[in-house]
Amino acid sequence: MSERASRKTLARRVARHRAAVAGAAVVVLVLLVAIFAPLLAPFDPGAQALDSGLSGPSWSHWLGQDRLGRDLLSRLVHGARISVAVGLGTVSLSLAIGLLVGSASGFFGGRIDHLFMRLADILLAFPGILLAIAITSVLGPSLRNVLIALSALGWVGYARLIRGQILKVREMEFVQSATAVGSPPVRLLLVHILPNAISPLIVEATFGIARAIVAEAGLSFLGLGVAPPAPSWGAMISEGRHFLFVAPHLTTVPGLAIMITVMAFNFLGDGLRDAMDVREASP
Amino acid sequence: MRGYLLSRLRQMIPVVLGVVTVVFLLIHLIPGDPVEIMLGESALAAQKEELRRELHLDRPVAVQYGEFLLGLATGDLGTSFRSREPVLREILRRIPATFLLAGASMVVALLIAIPLGVLSAMRQHSLYDHLSGFLAMLGLSMPNFWLGPLLILIFSLGLGLFPVSGYGTAGHLVLPAVTMGTGMAAILMRMLRSSLLEEIRQDYMRAACARGLSRRAAVLRHALANSLIPVLTVMGLQFGALLSGSIITETIFSWPGIGRLTIQAIEARDYPVVQGCILFIALCTVTVNLLTDLLYFRLDPRIRHE
Repeated sequence: MSERASRKTLARRVARHRAAVAGAAVVVLVLLVAIFAPLLAPFDPGAQALDSGLSGPSWSHWLGQDRLGRDLLSRLVHGARISVAVGLGTVSLSLAIGLLVGSASGFFGGRIDHLFMRLADILLAFPGILLAIAITSVLGPSLRNVLIALSALGWVGYARLIRGQILKVREMEFVQSATAVGSPPVRLLLVHILPNAISPLIVEATFGIARAIVAEAGLSFLGLGVAPPAPSWGAMISEGRHFLFVAPHLTTVPGLAIMITVMAFNFLGDGLRDAMDVREASP
Repeated sequence: MRGYLLSRLRQMIPVVLGVVTVVFLLIHLIPGDPVEIMLGESALAAQKEELRRELHLDRPVAVQYGEFLLGLATGDLGTSFRSREPVLREILRRIPATFLLAGASMVVALLIAIPLGVLSAMRQHSLYDHLSGFLAMLGLSMPNFWLGPLLILIFSLGLGLFPVSGYGTAGHLVLPAVTMGTGMAAILMRMLRSSLLEEIRQDYMRAACARGLSRRAAVLRHALANSLIPVLTVMGLQFGALLSGSIITETIFSWPGIGRLTIQAIEARDYPVVQGCILFIALCTVTVNLLTDLLYFRLDPRIRHE
């Protein structure tokens, strides 16, 4: 089957998964909001109006205003940029490292593989966002440091996945045929093995974006994420929770934004996993 | 069993050493002079020197590392800048609260996951199954730093059923445990459903039904016990994530555990305490993973015979 035809088949399979289609639609919407945030936001997200702080929704401020009178809708729209940047940035960085390390580990085996497996065991002893908390607590809050902190552990999952895939694919007949006709190792890896080992990685990356968005928001909630006054969704919840009784919208609205976005990526990931018939990846 | 335990312990040694090394290196990751960052720019030179000596930062890194390892072996994790108390004592004081919360969260997770997972598997592809699947996805996608304030808003501020925050009574435990247990419940529910579906298709289930046992009785008496083995394993492996998640949950509910201690230490730049807490959670994770492995080995005869 040609590559184009197989892509069409994949799209058709994903389209049959209704939740995945809904997830994909929300993902596209969030991406568009992030790209066009300056055009969509009705106000400057940092513009303060102290006299109308903590106001509820009104005609001029559809989602209300925070403690400093900043427009919640504008902050939410700009916050999408941070979430998308962290989600895509972390996954891209983790994927790049994971592909490199996992390929070397699975393809060459031996000492490299042993070293990688031990390093993975050590890093996986830091569960959830523990390592990210540790790193950002010493490096300080900033978008760059969040990316570094989340990728420090994020790459391990991709590397293990690609390593496992390589070990599986390299035993297949077409790879052994290519080896028999004298295909050089790098060509073997890049042309024959990797393209056939990539599907679970795509699925895992989709879940990875969701995980990175939650992790960034969690770090920002703790004051360790993107530095204020940047409108991170997690930081908005953190600020809003001190006014739960008088202004519950300050907490509920950004929380809903996180949940819907994360759910959309998870549904899309589920759909891709079913369509690609990948069993290894899971959220 | 003894051989398996020894082999797993052997595998654990480099991991523990690696974890200790990563935690040791943390303080060296601080950009610039760590002492100046901890004390602030206005600190006197004498104060800086004293702290540098106290943290052994005036010695070569290799010597510092050796001393760090030696200290750990004797239970010395350093002294807190804030309280001037040994870090280990501060951590030990907070352990009961964190373990109580983690235990209660696991109970909440099981109470939600078992009925939903069993019903979902028994009525596969039904409306109920789809609804449970959606609820599980909701649980997976709902961050605990949002769920916590939401629960406070509804059950504390709205209905007045539970205290907003604090520690001491059963009432104080409910909302933090639900906050921390919901995500785990979603994972366990999905796991139980798929594991139970696999068990239901086994020959022994067909035999049980052929002997006149109702499908429900066969599932509850035979399949459920078998399908709980992987669920317990996942639960054990999730324990570390639970401890890591306690940092956020304990902050929301002012729960006096390790998580809150970590954040208080980060805010005060009390790095020996930060190091101690991170090390404690990581070592707990490694230990619980080992215990889970051993439990799995005991429970599943197939592993023993491999």
